[in-house]
Amino acid sequence: MSTGAAASGEPAIQARGLVKRYGRITAVDHVDLTVSAGDVYGYLGPNGAGKTTTLRMALGLITPDAGTIKLFGRDPRVEGVSALDGIAGFVEAPRFYPYLTGRTNLELVAALDGGNAAARIDDALDVVELADRARDKVGGYSHGMRQRLGLAGALLRDPRLLILDEPATGLDPGGMRDMRRLIRRLADQGMTVLLSSHLMGEVEELCDRVVIISSGRVRYEGALDDLIATTSGRYELRTTDDDRAAAIARAQRGIEDTSRDGHGLSFTAEEPTAAALSIALGEAGIGIAALVPRTATLEELFFRMTEEDADADAVTVAVARAGATGEGAAAVAEEMRA
Amino acid sequence: MSALSSPRLGRRRAVAGVRRPGVGAVYRWELRKLRAQKRTYLGLGAAMLVPLIFIVALVSSSGGPDEVPFGRFVRETGLAIPLVGLLFSSIWLFPLIASLVAGDIVASEDNHGTLKTILTRSTERWQIFVAKLLATLTYTFAALVLFVSIGLVIGGLIWGFDPLTSLTGTTIPTGRAILLIGAAALAYSIPLMAIASIAFLLSTITHNSAGAVVGTLILSFMMQLLAVISGLDFMRPYLLSEQFDAWQGLLREPTDWAPIGHAAWVSACYAVPALGWAFVAFLRRDVAG
Repeated sequence: MSTGAAASGEPAIQARGLVKRYGRITAVDHVDLTVSAGDVYGYLGPNGAGKTTTLRMALGLITPDAGTIKLFGRDPRVEGVSALDGIAGFVEAPRFYPYLTGRTNLELVAALDGGNAAARIDDALDVVELADRARDKVGGYSHGMRQRLGLAGALLRDPRLLILDEPATGLDPGGMRDMRRLIRRLADQGMTVLLSSHLMGEVEELCDRVVIISSGRVRYEGALDDLIATTSGRYELRTTDDDRAAAIARAQRGIEDTSRDGHGLSFTAEEPTAAALSIALGEAGIGIAALVPRTATLEELFFRMTEEDADADAVTVAVARAGATGEGAAAVAEEMRA
Repeated sequence: MSALSSPRLGRRRAVAGVRRPGVGAVYRWELRKLRAQKRTYLGLGAAMLVPLIFIVALVSSSGGPDEVPFGRFVRETGLAIPLVGLLFSSIWLFPLIASLVAGDIVASEDNHGTLKTILTRSTERWQIFVAKLLATLTYTFAALVLFVSIGLVIGGLIWGFDPLTSLTGTTIPTGRAILLIGAAALAYSIPLMAIASIAFLLSTITHNSAGAVVGTLILSFMMQLLAVISGLDFMRPYLLSEQFDAWQGLLREPTDWAPIGHAAWVSACYAVPALGWAFVAFLRRDVAG
């Protein structure tokens, strides 16, 4: 493993203008992302968003149609597997030879790694708690056991960057907790982790930076805290008279986006303005049952970003299928939105 | 996964250059994978069983394959058994044995999804390609050696190891005949390796084991069919199926090397493009499954 790349401060992963097309479908559409060394980086997106395709390009399994992706400054397309030195992980479910035992599978991948990989097999099996089943054929393993064997296979490379695609899939709750702990521990030891996951709680717990991808395009890339902070300033209000409270809120300067739902109303405001509203409501004889600042969860933000995008895509597809242009396109789009 | 306190994993390491595995290491693992798969034994089992069935048929009946070279001598010396066996086995047995593994060795990685496992380690694609090809050829040659050895030993035990009569009517002493039988197997392996190369190509580009095996057999049968159609005689010297008889030149006195040289270049005309295509396809392919 080369230390040169790390010493030079190259990002663990740097993608620029990454494009992958399958026929008329653009699976990855000009994706830019930067995973810095030491990040625990969440990679989020609905099924078919292009996450796995991006990971495959990172690992040199598929070739981009345009753009570049570099690992610690090295391009797998140019440098071959030497660009993967210090990189490990798996995309989709880890796969092994079902007719070989778990240990033999690890011996095989260790042989393909060279170096001291074979000397780490026992430790890797211990870490993923598969030592007692290591002599069973992988064909008899459960999905969760294969996930753990996949992680063991990755650890044999003693990686600086660990790429994990849905590592908790198929694990029981205890296994998921242990997997999170293991990832946390590896990250605490300085390992960079790119974690593709559908489990928002897992990403919120583990990741400091995220990218949200939808329909092959990046919707957000940056610090998780910054993303959550974009939704600060939102309040939920329940009163003894929500209708009058809503009218007062709408009249109050500095209060925006007031909306009603079955449980009360919500609005966006700075903290002093929210305090002023509470006084105004008291003066109007309206009792305040609850005034709660509310921050969106990652899950809410995820759905907000990806579903808006899916809706926009559906409109685009409908317009294209109708072969509409000009006013016709506008009409189809309006109908779809309705 | 509670054993998270293992001190030896996940620690930051003093990193040195990676000592990369060579083709030899990958080749050994390809052989080990072959040893662990049932289809390998199916092919090797057939290579052992067919000469035994042939011998049992000869023992239990009075007739013989008089019309083929060495057919008249099968009850005179066991040395004729493997040679007659080679003549019959070029029709379907060896194309099937070769394609069983050659047609599967890449495609099964697709079926198991294990290509992504091995292509994300420290081994270059070309190394894996070469190792798989060498393993395929090793298996194919092993099946051929097994076939000839079983026929020679069992045939010799039953009918003795008397000198062999050459195709030109001269007598070949036992020791030299055994050497020539080995050389004949080598010559026989030339078109067989071309068949294996075609199966290897189909395995690489179809990603489907059954398709590659069946495709190879269809191709092999088609060539045999073309060889017997009158009016297409001009094609016969260039059909792969016809090259399986080239070894007979070794069993003439003096030795006739022409058919072996011809078989070599005709086989190369099939094998080299097939392997070149497979190589480029393997190196450039997207592993998306």
